[in-house]
Amino acid sequence: MNRVTSLLIGALLAFSNSAIASTAAERSDLNLRQGVSDISLEVYDLHMLMFWICVVIGAVVFGVMFYSMVMHRKSTGAKPANFHENVKVEVLWTVIPFVILIAMAWPAATTLIAMEDTSEADVTIIVTGSQWKWHYKYKDNPDVEFFSLLATQREQINNKFTKGENYLLEVDRPLVIPTGKKVRFLITSDDVIHSWWVPDFAIKKDANPGFINEAWTNVNEPGIYRGQCAELCGQDHGFMPVVVIAKDPAEYEAWLQAEEATAMRAKEEEQRLLSMNMSMEELMTQGKKIYDTACVACHQANGGGLPPMFPALKGSKVALEKQNIPLHISMIINGKNNMPAFGKQLSMSEIAAVVTYERNAWGNNTGDMVQAKDVNAIINGK
Amino acid sequence: MSELPGSTDKTEKADVSPESGRASETQIPKTRAETAAENAKTVRTLVFVVIGMLGFSFALVPLYDVFCDLTGINGKTSNEAAVYESVIIDESRTIKVEFITRTHSGMPWEFRAQTVEVEVHPGEMSEVAFYVRNPTDRDIIAQAIPSVSPGTAALFVNKTECFCFKHQPLKAGEEALMPMKFYVDPQLPKDITVFTLQYTLYDISAKVQPAVDVAMNNS
Amino acid sequence: MNTETVNETNDSHDGHDAHHEHHIPKGVLRWLFTTNHKDIGTLYLWFAFIMFLIGGAMAMVIRAELFQPGLQIVEPHFFNQMTTVHGLIMVFGAVMPAFTGLANWLVPMMIGAPDMALPRMNNWSFWILPFAFLILLSSLFMDGGGPAFGWTFYAPLSTQYSGDSTALFVFSVHIMGISSIMGAINVVVTILNMRAPGMTYMKMPLFVWTWLITAFLLIAVMPVLAGAVTMVLTDKFFGTSFFDAAGGGDPVMFQHIFWFFGHPEVYIMILPAFGIISAIVPTFSRKKLFGYASMVYATASIALLSFIVWAHHMFTTGMPVAAEMFFMFATMLISVPTGVKVFNWVATMWRGSLTFEVPMMFAIAFIVLFTIGGLSGLMLAITPVDFQYHDTYFVVAHFHYVLVTGAVFSIMAAVYYWLPKWTGKMFDITLAKWHFWCSLISVNVLFFPMHFVGLAGMPRRIPDYALQFADFNKWISIGGFAFGLSQLIFLVLIIKACRKIGEPVSDQVWEGAEGLEWEIPSPAPYHTFETPPVIR
Repeated sequence: MNRVTSLLIGALLAFSNSAIASTAAERSDLNLRQGVSDISLEVYDLHMLMFWICVVIGAVVFGVMFYSMVMHRKSTGAKPANFHENVKVEVLWTVIPFVILIAMAWPAATTLIAMEDTSEADVTIIVTGSQWKWHYKYKDNPDVEFFSLLATQREQINNKFTKGENYLLEVDRPLVIPTGKKVRFLITSDDVIHSWWVPDFAIKKDANPGFINEAWTNVNEPGIYRGQCAELCGQDHGFMPVVVIAKDPAEYEAWLQAEEATAMRAKEEEQRLLSMNMSMEELMTQGKKIYDTACVACHQANGGGLPPMFPALKGSKVALEKQNIPLHISMIINGKNNMPAFGKQLSMSEIAAVVTYERNAWGNNTGDMVQAKDVNAIINGK
Repeated sequence: MSELPGSTDKTEKADVSPESGRASETQIPKTRAETAAENAKTVRTLVFVVIGMLGFSFALVPLYDVFCDLTGINGKTSNEAAVYESVIIDESRTIKVEFITRTHSGMPWEFRAQTVEVEVHPGEMSEVAFYVRNPTDRDIIAQAIPSVSPGTAALFVNKTECFCFKHQPLKAGEEALMPMKFYVDPQLPKDITVFTLQYTLYDISAKVQPAVDVAMNNS
Repeated sequence: MNTETVNETNDSHDGHDAHHEHHIPKGVLRWLFTTNHKDIGTLYLWFAFIMFLIGGAMAMVIRAELFQPGLQIVEPHFFNQMTTVHGLIMVFGAVMPAFTGLANWLVPMMIGAPDMALPRMNNWSFWILPFAFLILLSSLFMDGGGPAFGWTFYAPLSTQYSGDSTALFVFSVHIMGISSIMGAINVVVTILNMRAPGMTYMKMPLFVWTWLITAFLLIAVMPVLAGAVTMVLTDKFFGTSFFDAAGGGDPVMFQHIFWFFGHPEVYIMILPAFGIISAIVPTFSRKKLFGYASMVYATASIALLSFIVWAHHMFTTGMPVAAEMFFMFATMLISVPTGVKVFNWVATMWRGSLTFEVPMMFAIAFIVLFTIGGLSGLMLAITPVDFQYHDTYFVVAHFHYVLVTGAVFSIMAAVYYWLPKWTGKMFDITLAKWHFWCSLISVNVLFFPMHFVGLAGMPRRIPDYALQFADFNKWISIGGFAFGLSQLIFLVLIIKACRKIGEPVSDQVWEGAEGLEWEIPSPAPYHTFETPPVIR
C-alpha cells in the first residue's frame, strides 16, 4: 500500500461521513476499524480502496441504466433501436474491468505477503481453542498458561440482569501481549474447528484440531482489544470471546513476572490443599460457583441437562451411587465423548468442590464430600 | 413471425447440428426411434460422467495426501522414515526448530519436549527426546500427530526416527523417553529461518483394540 | 423466423385441449404419476414455494431471536439447527427445485420439443424430493435435535461432535443429489437431442443455454457432494478417519472436498437466473438481447472458472501464500464475464422502448441488487481483507444479495413473466405490484445493514451479540418480518392465478415477447410441439 494511494484514500475519506471513517481508538458501527497495527491499517486502506472502486462501478452502471429507464421509455415515445452487438464496445468493457482488477490485485498481493511472514518474532503465544473457551500459553514462559472464559453472567444473557458495556466481549483472564514487539500466535484446537479473530489486529486464523497455524501482529498502541470466535463450533460458538490487552513492554514484563510468581504460588497452594479438608459448606459454595461458570451451559442450572446430548446430573447414577465417585471425578478430569476434559482448566480443589456440589444439589443429597486429595489420587492413577 | 434471439442479419450458412449428422437446410425431423436411440447414448455417457465424478470425489482423498506430500502445504510431515545419506550440511545458515507438545482432551498422559528448541544447520542430523508418562491405572496406546508451521517447511523436515511413525503403548504408571532424529533438508527455502513442530498425542486405545480387554479399561 | 406446424392437434386455437381430456387422469393420481413436463414443472414450482415458506419461517425464528441482544426465544443449540436447516432448505428445497421447475416448463417449449427426453425419470426426479425433505425436517424432532452444524457441515463438528440426526441428514442429502443429477441428465439429453430442426445451438434462447451449462455443472459436482457426505457418515458411524487428525486424516480436507462442490453449486444457483433476465429484459425493451454470443461465452467462462476458485471460502484455514494468491486472482477473474453480462443487459435496455410491467420491475431490481451482491463478492475475493470479512455478517449480506435479490427475485420475475402463458390469464397486477414494492423495500432493510454489522465485527451463526450490534439487528429483523409477510401477497396471487381468475391473454401475452413459447396458445396446451416446428 504505497503513500500515493494512502493519500488518495485519505482525501476520499475526508469527504465521507465521519461515521464511515474510523480511527484506531473508536469503533465504527458502519465500517471496518483501522486497528492498532501497521498491517491492520494497510488492510483497512485496501478495504476502502476496494469499496470506493465498487461504488464507482455501481454508480456508473446503475447511472446508465437509470438514465435509460427515464429517457428510453415507450410511454414518452421512445422507439427501439436496432443494434444488438458492437464488438468494439464489448472488447472495451471486457478489457477495462480486467485492468481495474490488476490495479486491485497488486496492493492486495503485497499486503498479503507481509501478513504471512511470521519470522523473527519476539514473543510467541500458543493459542488453543476448545468448546467453548480459549487457552493461552506463553511459549517461553510455559508456567504462564490459563484458560480464558466468557465472563458475562448468565443472568445477563437470560435477560434477568442489565447487560454490561462489554456484554459477550469480556473474559475472566485476557491475553496480555507487549506493544511494539512482533508477537506470534501458534493456533490450534482441542476438538472442533474454531477461529481466533481480533479485528483490531486484522488477524483471523482457524484453529484446526491436530494442526497448528500461525499469525502475527505488532501492536502500536496499548489498550484492550476484543474479538470473537469466527467458526461455528457448536452450541456456545457465540459465547467464547477473545480479549487481548496490549501493554508497554516494561509493564508487560512486570505482568509476566507477576504471573509466573502467581503460577508458582498456585502450585504450592494446590499441594497444601491436598492435605486439607474443606467443609461441606465450603465445598458447596465453591462448587456452585464453578458449576455456574463451567458446567451450567450444558447441564443447566437445575441439573436437568438437555438430554440426550447433555445428560441430566440430577438423579443420575453417576452422581448418586457411591461406587461411581471415582468415575464421576474421572469424567470431569478426562471428559467423555462430547464432554470436554476439565482436568487442565480446574484445579484439584475446584474439581473436588464441583463434584461435591453435583452430588448434593437438586435433591441428589448423597452427603458425599470429595476432597482435593481424592482428585489427586484419580489423576495419579489410583 | 418474429425472429429467434441470436439470429443475425447476415445470411446463415447451412446449419449442421453435430449430433444429428444431418447437413441440409431442409431438415427432416427425427423419428421417435432415432431420438430414443440418441437419447439412450447420451444418457449412458452422462451416467458414466456421474460415476466418474463420484469416483473422483473419493480419489480426492489420496490426491490430497499426494499433493500435501509433494508440497507440504498442510504442514504434515512424512509418515515414513527418511534415510540420511550423502547429505551436505549447509553451514551458511542456521534454522531454529521449536517443539510444542499437546495432549488431546481426554488423553491423560504427561507429554513434554525435553528440548524445546534447537538450532541446526540444514543437512545436520539432530536428536531430541520427548518425555511421556501414563499416570492412570490402565494401559493406554497413544498416537502422536505432527504438524509443522509454516506448512511449507513440512516438506523439508526429514525424520529418520520418530515415535510418531507408530502407535506408542504405555502400561499403567509407566514413563518413557521417546527419541526423534531428524535433519532439515538443505533445500529448505531461504526465507524460512524458524519453524515449529507440534506433536498432539491422542488416546487411540479404543480404536486399536476394540475388543473387550480387561487390562485395557476404556472409560 | 417462420414456424410451420403440420399437426393440427397441436395448437387448437379455441384454447381447449378437449381431445386430450380422456388421456389426462384427474385428481391425486394425475399428479402422482404424471410424466408431462408441464405438470412436473408445476409440481416442482409448488414444492419450491412451500419449501421457501418453511425455510422462511425458520429465518423468522432466527430473526426473532436476533431482534434484541440476549437469549429470549430459543436455546443456542436449537438456533444452530434453525440456521442449518434454513440454509439446506433454501438451497436444496427452494432455489434449485424452482429453477428445475422452470426448466421443465420452459425448455421443451423453447426448443420445440414435445416433452423432456426421459419423462418417467422426470417423475421420479420430482417425487423423491418431498421424501428427502420429510426426512430432513423430521430429524428436527429427534432427541438431540436435527443437524446443527451449518449447511456447510464442516468436520469434525459434523463427524465427532454431532447427534444421530446426522445420519438422516446424510440420507436426505443423498436423495436430493440423486434428484438433481437425474434432472440434470434429463435437461442435457433434451437440449442436445431434441431441438427442433433448424434450432442450432446459437439460436437457442439464453435460458436454454444457461440451463444446459448449469446441468453440466450439476452432473460434475453433485457426485462430489455425495462423496463428501458419505465420508462424513463413515467417519461418524463406521470408524474411518478422513477428517480425524488422530487417525491420520485432515479436517481441512473436508473443506476442500465440500467447496469443490460448493462453489460450482452457487453458480448452479445463479446461471438459470441469468437466463431468465436475458429473456425478460429484451421483451420489455422491445429490443434484441445485446451481444447474444458474448452472453453464451460469458456463461461458459463463469462455469469453467467456477471449478478453480473453491478455496476462496477457506482463506483463514492456514493455506500457504502461493495458494491464497492463486485463489484470489482466479476469483477476481470471474467478475469479468459476470460484468459483461450485466453490461449486456443494460445495453439491451439502452435506446430500447421500455415498459415496466411487473416481470421487468423484478428484472431491473435483479440487475441492481445482484450487482451489489457481486461487488461485495469482489471485495471478499481480496484475501488480506477477507481475513476481516470471513465468517461475519458481511458474508451473510453478500450471499443473501446474490441469492435472494438475485436468484429468488429472478424466479419471481420468471413466474410473473410466464404465468399468463401457463394459465391463460393475466395475474392480479395490483397484488403483484404490492408484492414487488413490499419485497423490494423490506429485502433491502433486511440485508443491507448486514454489511455494516459484519464490518463492525459481528460474526455469523451466533444467537446473541454484543451491544454495539443491537440497533442494526433490530432493523434487520423488522425487515425480515416484513419480507416474510410480503411473500403472503405472492401466495394469494398465485392461488388466484391457479384458479384461473383474471383477464384472458393472447398467445404472445407481452408485446415484444419472442420465442417458440409465445407462438402457442395461452394457456399452453397439455401437449405442445408433438410435431416439431421448422425453424429458419
